[in-house]
Amino acid sequence: MSELLKVPTMAEFMAEGKQPDVLFWVGSAGSYDDRAKKITKAFVKILNKAQVNFAVLGTEESSTGDVAKRAGNEFLFQMQALMNIELLNAYEVKRIVTCDPHSFNCLKNEYPSLGGNYEVMHHTQFLKELIDSNKIEIKDNNYKGKRITFHDPCYLGRANSEYDAPRDVLAILNANMQEMKRSKASALCCGAGGAQMFKEPEKGNMDINELRTQDALKTNPDIIATGCPYCMTMMSDGVKAKEKEAEVEVMDIAELIANAQDL
Amino acid sequence: MSFIPQILFAIALILGIGYFTRNVKKLIRNIKLGQDVDVSDNRPQRWRNMAMIALGQSKMVKRPIAGFLHVIVYVGFVIINIEVLEIIIDGLTGKHRIFSSAGKIYDILIGSFEVLAFLVLVAVIIFWLRRNVIKLKRFLSAEMKDWPKSDGNIILYFEMVLMSLFLTMNGTDLQLQLNGVEAYHTAGSFPISQFLLPLFDGLSNATLIIIERTAWWFHILGILVFLNYLYFSKHLHILLAFPNTFYGKLKPKGQFENLEAVTKEVKMMMDPDADPFAAAPEGAEDDVPAKFGVSDVQDLSWVNLLNAYTCTECGRCTSECPANQTGKKLSPRKIMMDTRDRLEEVGKNIDANNGEFKDDGKQLLGDYITNEELWACTTCNACVEACPVSIDPLNIIMQMRQYLVMEQSAAPMELNNMMTNIENNGAPWPYNQQDRLNWKDE
Repeated sequence: MSELLKVPTMAEFMAEGKQPDVLFWVGSAGSYDDRAKKITKAFVKILNKAQVNFAVLGTEESSTGDVAKRAGNEFLFQMQALMNIELLNAYEVKRIVTCDPHSFNCLKNEYPSLGGNYEVMHHTQFLKELIDSNKIEIKDNNYKGKRITFHDPCYLGRANSEYDAPRDVLAILNANMQEMKRSKASALCCGAGGAQMFKEPEKGNMDINELRTQDALKTNPDIIATGCPYCMTMMSDGVKAKEKEAEVEVMDIAELIANAQDL
Repeated sequence: MSFIPQILFAIALILGIGYFTRNVKKLIRNIKLGQDVDVSDNRPQRWRNMAMIALGQSKMVKRPIAGFLHVIVYVGFVIINIEVLEIIIDGLTGKHRIFSSAGKIYDILIGSFEVLAFLVLVAVIIFWLRRNVIKLKRFLSAEMKDWPKSDGNIILYFEMVLMSLFLTMNGTDLQLQLNGVEAYHTAGSFPISQFLLPLFDGLSNATLIIIERTAWWFHILGILVFLNYLYFSKHLHILLAFPNTFYGKLKPKGQFENLEAVTKEVKMMMDPDADPFAAAPEGAEDDVPAKFGVSDVQDLSWVNLLNAYTCTECGRCTSECPANQTGKKLSPRKIMMDTRDRLEEVGKNIDANNGEFKDDGKQLLGDYITNEELWACTTCNACVEACPVSIDPLNIIMQMRQYLVMEQSAAPMELNNMMTNIENNGAPWPYNQQDRLNWKDE
C-alpha cells in the first residue's frame, strides 16, 4: 500500500527546476504521531488520486512554533517562524495546505507580519476545492446513511470562522449528519489547545475531552469526524474512556474521503 | 421664594454631573495607564461593529431569554431618557411638562414611555428572580460573592425604584389633571399609570401634589445618584460598551500579536553578520522593553484596561469556558474582574500619592491571578466569542503566560520539555528531525 504513495519533496522539485502548485505542510503531529500519520497518508492518497501537483518539505520541515507561542514562549515561536519563513521564501512557496488547524492558523495569521505571506488552506478547504472542480468523485460509499457528527476544531472554527468547508466536504458522503448541541461558534474545545496537549490538566472534576465526547455521544453517532490531529487524540481518548470504541469511530475528514474513494 | 426649587434643582444637577465628570476623568486616567496600542485601522468596520454589537445588541440575543429581557431594559432606558430631558428643562425653568405643546406627539411619547417603563419593571424583576430565586449557576460562581453579588442586586433595585417613581409621578399627575388642578394642565396619555388611579381615591389635591412632587424629585435625584453609582459598579458597561465594541479585535480570533521587541532580538540572534560584542546603537536602550509579557495592569494595553472596566460580570465567558466547565479554577470573568480591581487599586494608590504610583508590593500576577488559572486555558476563544461587548480575556491570559515563560521560566515542567524538544529537533516530541518523512514508507 505505502509504496503507492507519491510524496515528492520541495528539494526534489527544485533539483528539477520545477515548482509544485501547493506545499503540503505535514506538521509535527502529522509526521510523528501514530494516529495522525494515518490522516497524513489518507490525505496524500487523495492528492495522488486527484493528481495534485504538490510537495512536502520532508526533513526540512520544522515546528511552526504555534504550540510554543500558545505556551507563552514568543522567542521560541519567532525563532521557528523566521527559520521556516526563510526556507519557504527560498522555495518561493505561494500556496500551503495543512491537515492541522493550529499550523493553518499560525501560518495564515501569524507568519505574515514576520515576512511569510502565503495562501494557506486547511485540508477541508482544499478538499472542498477538489470536490467543486470534480477532482474528487464519490458515488456509492460505505458511509451512506451512517450517523456522523462533526467536532469543530477551535483553530479552524472560532479562530478562523471556517464552519462550512468541513461540512460541505462531509455532505458528499450522503451520510446522516448530526450536529452536536454546541457546534460551530459555540462548539466546546476538545481540551488540547493552548499547549494543553503537552501537559497534565490542572485540577478539576473532569477532563475536557470527556465532556466534549459526551456532547458527541449524545448524537448517537457511528462516527465522530474531526479535522485536527489534536482533536483526534482527545476525542479518541474520550471515546475509549467512555468504553465506546467498539461502536463509535473517530475519523478525520481526509480519512473518510479517502475511504469513500476506496483508496 | 418660587425660585427655590429651581435653584435646588440646579445645585443637584451640577453636583450630580460634576462628581460624575470627576470620576470619568479618573476612569480615563486609569485606562491610559495601559500601554499604547494602534487601533486606528479599518474605522468603517469598527463603526459597524459598534452599531451591530453595542447599539444593535447582536450578541446579547444569542441567549434568547436574557437577550430579549436585556433589549427591553436597554431600549427602555435609552428612550425614557427623552423624558429625563424634559424633567431637566422643567426643573430648571420651573415649568411643568414643557414638551406638552407637541400635543398628539407628546401623548404618544408619554404613552410609550409608560409602556416601556412597565416592561422594564417586569424585566428587572425577572432578572432579580434569576439571580436570587432561580439562582442561575453563572451568577453564583466563586468570584460572584460579596460586593459583586450585592452590586448586581443594587442595580436592579435602582431600576425597580426609578420605574416605580416614574409611574407614580405620572399616575398622580393624571389624577391632578382629572381633578382640574390649575398647574396640571391636560397633557400626555397614561396607558399604564391610569391603573394606579384607584390607589389615589379619596386623597386631597394637596396630598396628591405632595406625592407627585416627591416622586418627581426622587426620580430625578435617583437618576443622578444612579449616574454616580456607575463608576463604583460593574454597570459602567452601559457607557463603555460603545467604545469597547469600537476598539474590539478585528483580526481573526486565532491571530495573536507577534511581539515586536522579540522580533528584533530574534533577528539579531539569527543574523550571521551581527557582532554580539558591538556597542548598542545610540538610543537602543530605550527600545528594549523593561520586560516581556505582563505581570501588572500597567503592562497591559489600554484596550485590555478598557475591557476590564466594561465587563458587567454577566459570566457568559465563564459559562462557555471548557476549563471552568470541568471544574478548573480558571474563570475568564474573574480575569477581567481581577484586572479591574487591581487597576482601581493602582488608581487609588496614585490618588493617595499625589499622582505618582508608589510600589505597594503587589501585582496582578500572583496577588490576583494565579499561575494555576493561567495554565488551565486552552486558548479556544470560547470566552471571546461569548462576550456580548467584545471583551478579550484570552489576550490578558496570553500576555501573562508570556511573562511567566520569558521572564520567570515558570512554565509547567512538561511544557519546558516540549519547548526543549522544539529547540533541539523542531518538534514538540523528542523525535529526530531526520525522521520527519518516515511516515511515507511505514
